Amino acid sequence: MELSLATRSVSDHTVVEIGGEIDVYTAPRLRERLIELVGSGAKHVVVDLGRVEFLDSTGLGVLVGAHRRLRAGEGSLTLVCPHERLLKIFRITGLDSVFVIHGSVEDATAGGTAHTARTGA
Amino acid sequence: MRAGAAPVNPTSTAMATVHLTFPPDPAYVRTVRLVAAAEARRAGVSDELLDEVRLAVGEACTRAVALHRRHGLAEPIDMAMTDGGRFTVRVIDRGPAALAMNEPGETTGAIMAQVRAETGRMPVDEDAIMANVGIALLNGLVSDLDVVAAAGGRGTEVRMSWPISRRSAH
Repeated sequence: MELSLATRSVSDHTVVEIGGEIDVYTAPRLRERLIELVGSGAKHVVVDLGRVEFLDSTGLGVLVGAHRRLRAGEGSLTLVCPHERLLKIFRITGLDSVFVIHGSVEDATAGGTAHTARTGA
Repeated sequence: MRAGAAPVNPTSTAMATVHLTFPPDPAYVRTVRLVAAAEARRAGVSDELLDEVRLAVGEACTRAVALHRRHGLAEPIDMAMTDGGRFTVRVIDRGPAALAMNEPGETTGAIMAQVRAETGRMPVDEDAIMANVGIALLNGLVSDLDVVAAAGGRGTEVRMSWPISRRSAH
């Protein structure tokens, strides 16, 4: 399945909704989009993985790269991931300690630490 | 892409090996991991393990494709799937054999610590992250994982296996 990318604004967050499969073939498109967003001034980006069917190390690398770019500009990258099969990948690789991961876009855009939900361990 | 099945004895339920040969191009990795998951299912690997097979085979193939591209190798990558007592997948690249000497488990922890330390502060080489996160994933997903020098002295073979719990379909 092809990668689909849709961007919208929710309060002061830019939400990128991803659908389909993020792998070595499709990840470059995701990287380009995230670099464009940072270049156009987006500060607080929420990447919604809710409709992602497959995620591999290439996709994780793109997310880490975007996280680094946003942090360098005093911004943030937050993930939305309600699926155990994907959360497991973050845990195995130790990246659950790098990203803040929420269960829903509402939680991710609400702001404040009270809404911060770590991966469901 | 070239595929072939070579049953030891077509009339029995003896061990059979399915081979898949594909160009070192990211466009084929999806096809290969889907074939591996389908073959694992046919061989009798339980449904809950199929996602792991798909991801692990994808990671091994992604690693092989990246290696071939980095070294300018146009030669194809081989994958072989065998349904003996366990479902065994071998992904064979033609990169420098010295890479086989890097035991995957040894580097993973150090690299992940570096990723955590550097994220958001210093430049991180994304390619290095991907390569090493890939190895971390393989280690975490596959309890039976071996990275050895490929037969013939060139390249590495990533060998993974999973239990077969159902009777296979023929």
